[in-house]
Amino acid sequence: MWKRDESVRPTVGREPVQPTAPGGAAAHGLETDLRRPGDVRDVVNIGKSVVIKGELNGSEDLTVEGYVDGTIELKDHVLTIGPHGRIKAEIFAKAVVVLGKVNGNVTASEKVDIRDNGSVEGNIVAPRVAIAEGAHFRGSVDMQRKPEAVKPPEAPKAETKPVAQAPNGSKP
Amino acid sequence: MSGVGKVTGFLSRLTRKAPPPARAAVAGPERVEADPAPEPVVSTKALRKFVGALRQCPSPTLLDLGPVLGPNIQYFGEQLGCKVIVEDVFESLDRFEEEGRPSDLPAFLETRFPQPAESVDGILCWNLFDFLDRPSADVVAAHVMRLLKPNGVLFGMFATDRGAEARFTKFVVVDDDAFRHREYSRPRARRAAMQNRDIGHLFGELRVSDLFLLQTRVREVLFRKPGYRLNK
Repeated sequence: MWKRDESVRPTVGREPVQPTAPGGAAAHGLETDLRRPGDVRDVVNIGKSVVIKGELNGSEDLTVEGYVDGTIELKDHVLTIGPHGRIKAEIFAKAVVVLGKVNGNVTASEKVDIRDNGSVEGNIVAPRVAIAEGAHFRGSVDMQRKPEAVKPPEAPKAETKPVAQAPNGSKP
Repeated sequence: MSGVGKVTGFLSRLTRKAPPPARAAVAGPERVEADPAPEPVVSTKALRKFVGALRQCPSPTLLDLGPVLGPNIQYFGEQLGCKVIVEDVFESLDRFEEEGRPSDLPAFLETRFPQPAESVDGILCWNLFDFLDRPSADVVAAHVMRLLKPNGVLFGMFATDRGAEARFTKFVVVDDDAFRHREYSRPRARRAAMQNRDIGHLFGELRVSDLFLLQTRVREVLFRKPGYRLNK
């Protein structure tokens, strides 16, 4: 009598995705899909066959099993690099969990966790860093709490007042 | 008499204390899970002085030439506030040995350290120089001397004899006075036991500030780079 409309029911075992790749991001072979536009889930999966080149922004947790080349920015959310994930990007997130390979700098406002067989080549800035036995890491770890360090660099805007800068162009 | 001896021996076995548990690792939520294999905890004399020198720096930068270890990152990064740079030379040494081209290692090491000169306050060499051949040791030593800031400190360990059963060892910092030894990789014979004068020649630009001969027949040596630190 009150049978559910099966046409809008999401497939069991597959997570819906919110592809948020502005700035010319090109996704090839996106194997996830949007089942229900109004249904916002907390975790987004990017599958093994997905290749993203460009800037990846989001406001929900993200798991990457594919390849990303560019920038990943999840300010208040968790980024998980799955065992098959290959990242060649600057990463900004609340927390980053690495089970795959990352080549690039990682900045997290809370924690970076490199699990067994995870690999990071780059500089890490985070107040907490966990590196498991068997993980590969080459680079630097800066755990000092610098609030400004977790924000990604922003392009200067015309309407904002110019901020005094050091002669070499670095941020004050 | 023999009966009394048997009773005494039996009682002594009953009252024998169990071996003390291993010392707790560095406190922290990200503690590495305990390895089932027993890991000896060995005291250190030089680490406390090394740490003391780092504590005098406002935002110390530390270069670790050994394998990355979570507890050490927490100890130096979180507790001491160091920026820790990891350049695992052991991994390079192992890889070149496996690939059968150890003679290419010195040339590779020439490009291994991209950091600018005088950018590091402290360097952890561990027992790396026990395993490097002389050309590779010269290259690493030259980089070490270049990277150290004036008054920067270098911590190294040098065996007093060739160990037939030597293995790469991960030194997990327990506290200022102890390491937990964690063996890994395949057995690898030490190249040579360097004499004190050889060590001095190797790091010609540095001066030995402290040298400790431990009961484990290992010399712990602290070097300092002469000079004056400018207060920034």
